[in-house]
Amino acid sequence: MAQADASMMDAGQGPARAETEKLVTSDGTPLKRALERAERQRKIAAVGLVAPLLIFLLTVFIWPIAQMMWLSVKNDQIVDALPRTLQELQTWDGQDLPGENVYAALHADMMEDLERDRRDRKTGPMGIRLNYELSAARSAVSRTSRNVDEFEAPYKDAFMDAHRLWGDPALWRVIKREGRPLTASYYVAALDREYAEDGSIVQRDENRRIYVPLFGRTLYLSVVITAMTFLLGFPIAYYMSILPMRQANLLMICVLLPFWTSLLVRTSAWIVLLQQQGVINSGLVAAGIIDDGSRLSMIYNQTGTIVAMTHILLPFMVLPLYSVMRTIPPSYMRAAKSLGATPSTAFRRVYFPQTLPGIGAGGVLVFIISIGYYITPALVGGQSGRMISNEIARHIQQSLNWGLAAALGTMLLVGVLILYWLFNRFVGSDSLKFG
Amino acid sequence: MKSTLKLIGASTAASVIAMSAAADDPVSLTIVSWGGAYTESQVRAYHEPWMEMNPHVTIINDDGSANALAGLRAQSQAGNVTWDLVDMLPSDAQLACDEGIIMEIDVDEMLAPAPDGTPASEDFLPGSLDGDCFIPQIVYSTVLTIRPGAFPEDNQPSTIADLFDTENFPGRRALQDRPGTNLEWALYADGVAPEDIYDVLATPEGVDRAFAKLDTIKDDIVFWTEGAQAPQLLADGEVVMATGYNGRMFDAIEVEGMDAEIVWDGQVVEWDGWVVPADGQNIDAVMEYLYFATDTQRLADQAQFISYGPARASSAALVGEHADLGIDMAPHMPTAPENYFAPIILDNDFWVDFGDELRERFANWMLQ
Amino acid sequence: MVAASQGDGFVAFDRVQKSYDGETLVVKDLNLSIGKGEFMTMLGPSGSGKTTCLMMLAGFETATSGEITLDQRPINSVPPHKRGIGMVFQNYALFPHMTVGENLSFPLEVRGMGKSEREKKVKRALDMVQMGAFAGRRPAQLSGGQQQRIALARALVFEPQLVLMDEPLGALDKNLRERMQYEIKHIHQNLGVTVVYVTHDQTEALTMSDNVAVFDDGRIQQLAPPDVLYEKPENAFVAAFIGENNTLKGKVQSVNGKECKVKLPDGSVITALKVNVEGDGVQSTLSLRPERVVLGDRAAEMPNKFEAEVLELIYLGDHIRVRMNVCGDDEFIVKVPNNTGGRAMAVGQKAPVGWSVEDCRALDPS
Repeated sequence: MAQADASMMDAGQGPARAETEKLVTSDGTPLKRALERAERQRKIAAVGLVAPLLIFLLTVFIWPIAQMMWLSVKNDQIVDALPRTLQELQTWDGQDLPGENVYAALHADMMEDLERDRRDRKTGPMGIRLNYELSAARSAVSRTSRNVDEFEAPYKDAFMDAHRLWGDPALWRVIKREGRPLTASYYVAALDREYAEDGSIVQRDENRRIYVPLFGRTLYLSVVITAMTFLLGFPIAYYMSILPMRQANLLMICVLLPFWTSLLVRTSAWIVLLQQQGVINSGLVAAGIIDDGSRLSMIYNQTGTIVAMTHILLPFMVLPLYSVMRTIPPSYMRAAKSLGATPSTAFRRVYFPQTLPGIGAGGVLVFIISIGYYITPALVGGQSGRMISNEIARHIQQSLNWGLAAALGTMLLVGVLILYWLFNRFVGSDSLKFG
Repeated sequence: MKSTLKLIGASTAASVIAMSAAADDPVSLTIVSWGGAYTESQVRAYHEPWMEMNPHVTIINDDGSANALAGLRAQSQAGNVTWDLVDMLPSDAQLACDEGIIMEIDVDEMLAPAPDGTPASEDFLPGSLDGDCFIPQIVYSTVLTIRPGAFPEDNQPSTIADLFDTENFPGRRALQDRPGTNLEWALYADGVAPEDIYDVLATPEGVDRAFAKLDTIKDDIVFWTEGAQAPQLLADGEVVMATGYNGRMFDAIEVEGMDAEIVWDGQVVEWDGWVVPADGQNIDAVMEYLYFATDTQRLADQAQFISYGPARASSAALVGEHADLGIDMAPHMPTAPENYFAPIILDNDFWVDFGDELRERFANWMLQ
Repeated sequence: MVAASQGDGFVAFDRVQKSYDGETLVVKDLNLSIGKGEFMTMLGPSGSGKTTCLMMLAGFETATSGEITLDQRPINSVPPHKRGIGMVFQNYALFPHMTVGENLSFPLEVRGMGKSEREKKVKRALDMVQMGAFAGRRPAQLSGGQQQRIALARALVFEPQLVLMDEPLGALDKNLRERMQYEIKHIHQNLGVTVVYVTHDQTEALTMSDNVAVFDDGRIQQLAPPDVLYEKPENAFVAAFIGENNTLKGKVQSVNGKECKVKLPDGSVITALKVNVEGDGVQSTLSLRPERVVLGDRAAEMPNKFEAEVLELIYLGDHIRVRMNVCGDDEFIVKVPNNTGGRAMAVGQKAPVGWSVEDCRALDPS
């Protein structure tokens, strides 16, 4: 670019030198304007080159992420369904059951909903929303809404007859608390916490805490997988870097094989290899290393996840490492040895530090990919090998609690960004080399 | 919308012939189901006969049922509903129904009566019509299956209690990685009568009791996720007994020749059936198809291809032999009297209400 | 072939051979002795085996047979890091992740030297190459010439008795290269260290060396001080490789003591110094430096004198190169000083040329 600029300047100045007062180009336009025009055209060209990718990223990346983040706080179900009830609840003390006025408002809200077209009804989604906070709240809502047109005053008794929860202040507290357009409750749940009676946030019962341990396990597994890919990838990348191109390419194909094999084929292969009656166990038993009763569990647990994901992600470590190592001339090691360093010192002090950009890039790639991985853990991870993404996927696809999924996803995203920031801070992203 | 529904209801009640004469424009229906042998049984029992009778109809199979709920919601929110008919579980159907993204069904108006004139609402098995949007199709059950070779001949597991008895029946067991079925069985094995299970499970003490029972075998459990994994684990000798869907187990035993036996004690019975996405593009054509595909004969026909029981009482007598194997299918139905001695009917309402909480508890229990 | 053995044998190659593939020898029967404090240059075209020799000396290649000794100790099986030989690499091989100071400190650290002593030595080494102010910089922030100095300082900082240099100036431009040549020479003289220097640039070799070993085809073709190499090449390859040279091919007619007569294809007979010819009837290459050819009247006094025609004049400032036809050879070059006589020449002009017997060396036919 700089060179292009320079030549453009030369082209403009050449003919203009004849004029001393005001510089003009050969066709008479003032030089300054000609330059501005050239500059503008250059900018337009630059924007034109970048625009397609920018638009693409905005529509398929930025926008969906923004939507996801919005979903994690969006909370219009109760506001939409119970405007009158919420109005009446404003003066409720939150301790005893609310008065008849609230139940009458609830009746009016539900009656109004019956008038709506089925697809526009608000009580169904409200019931599902309430059930996230309080089990059985959904059936309290749906059973009542079916018969609400037969209710007669006093409504309080009618509702309490229809479902026991209408006589439980806990349900009313949830309605009041979540009766606003934005909520933090998905994040509260994602952190294994819940609202206590007085509205403070407390930890959940120990036997219902799952997300924080899962986040911890995801981090742990990602670190282990990154370390494994490094331990396995470094020697092979080094070996490839000192081989002649042809042989290195052959080896590279072997490393890249997981990329080209379908997931199902790979999964079946791992099962055949790793299961208790599988090839490895049978081999160990046949060799007399273990006895038949103590076959190793290597699949449907963390080992399975680690083995499978290390296999899949190995290329992401090897490629940056290899490309960095290729550029390290052998003369550095020779120089170090000639200066008196033993081979191991030379490796440690001279060769290894120069591979750090590759290790950094490979490590960041593998770590970030594995933090978000979910297909492989779902297939071979069993229970102990599942990661947070599996829980996100479950909430997206099965429980349909998109708010919670979005909160978990946002936390994962923020976590990755923080880790990247830390990496950038202490290692420096400019030293990354992706190949 | 409402007027359309009334129109269909009226016409189906009036006459099938008049209806099929009315629609002749080519139409293609996207029907979402579970894939594999199950979709195959639907193709042979429903789709092929229907397309033969109605050459203008093309049926496209989509194996998306595992994530049907998410798909329905996504399509509804995008305002572009491309699915015409979806096969799903009643608990999911209940959620979709509450959200208003599938159609409410008036069973007697929209579905065929039994051959003897019994209205559809009385012909479908008791309990199957719970909910406003769900059209039952089959009864399936989750059963315990054992590998006889893993035990001495005179001491074979034969009850759900034996599943929890690692002393007399040692070896690893495969259970599904979700609370449903497992918690019911834990209580059943602990002495709770089938009809009381959900009342007990609705109390915190009951939940603690179920988990305490599960704790006793925790070290011997292998969890499975996908339906195909359970028979595979048995066949590979990875486990000595496994829970699984009776149809998959039937297939593995009778078709693949796996050496295993189904224990019908405490089978957890659940329905599976159709829902119609609201705002589908071919609702008239779908309703015609449904009227046909859920009648007594068609439900009985499906049992020729897979060992799931028809959801109509009137179909039971018509269940014949397996289309390919030639074995009598009636004894393999979950609903056969000799199998149906101690069924636990899965309570969908319970699971919709308590599912989130119990799943969390179960996930936590598995994490420990 | 020329198993030159000079010096006190501080470094010695004794019948050393090297083959990579087991079929062809890249170094053939090398015998070489380098004296302590000597500046020895291995000069030759690429593929001549000179770099392989250097690498065997440094320990990065092992000799297939033969023995290499350093200060009388055989070092064939001594690993490179224990040889205590300093080395300057073609691309400098400065460690990019270390500062200049750390680079210099590295060899001292691995020797377990204390910090204060290290700092002192590093500073002294940097000052020696006039780079004292650059200790905190990274190699990438330095120019090529500066990197070269640092590489030199690093190879010397641990005070090795022997320093190897593998075409260290190859990447520098001409002016800088010439300056560095003098600097390296001065440092060598000041420190008295033994230097083995590899280059393919003959000017570099002639400028810096005490002795030059000319390599070709895996052998040392001639080992001699620069002036001898230029004045008295022993074979046609050395004559052609070092400096400019007129080559005339002919057949030996008769030998007479130190002289011989060679008949050229066009019939002219030249009297030359018998250097490297066997006897009557063999083919020989005559080598004659362009500046030793006498042009004009003085040619008449020479034992070899011929009539020549000027074909081309090339003006080179301090002298004029004249291409002539001599004895049927169109490529005969004569260097004429840029003075009145030289300026008067013109293309097509005929002039007598001549040269002495001593300046015309009869060498192998090659």
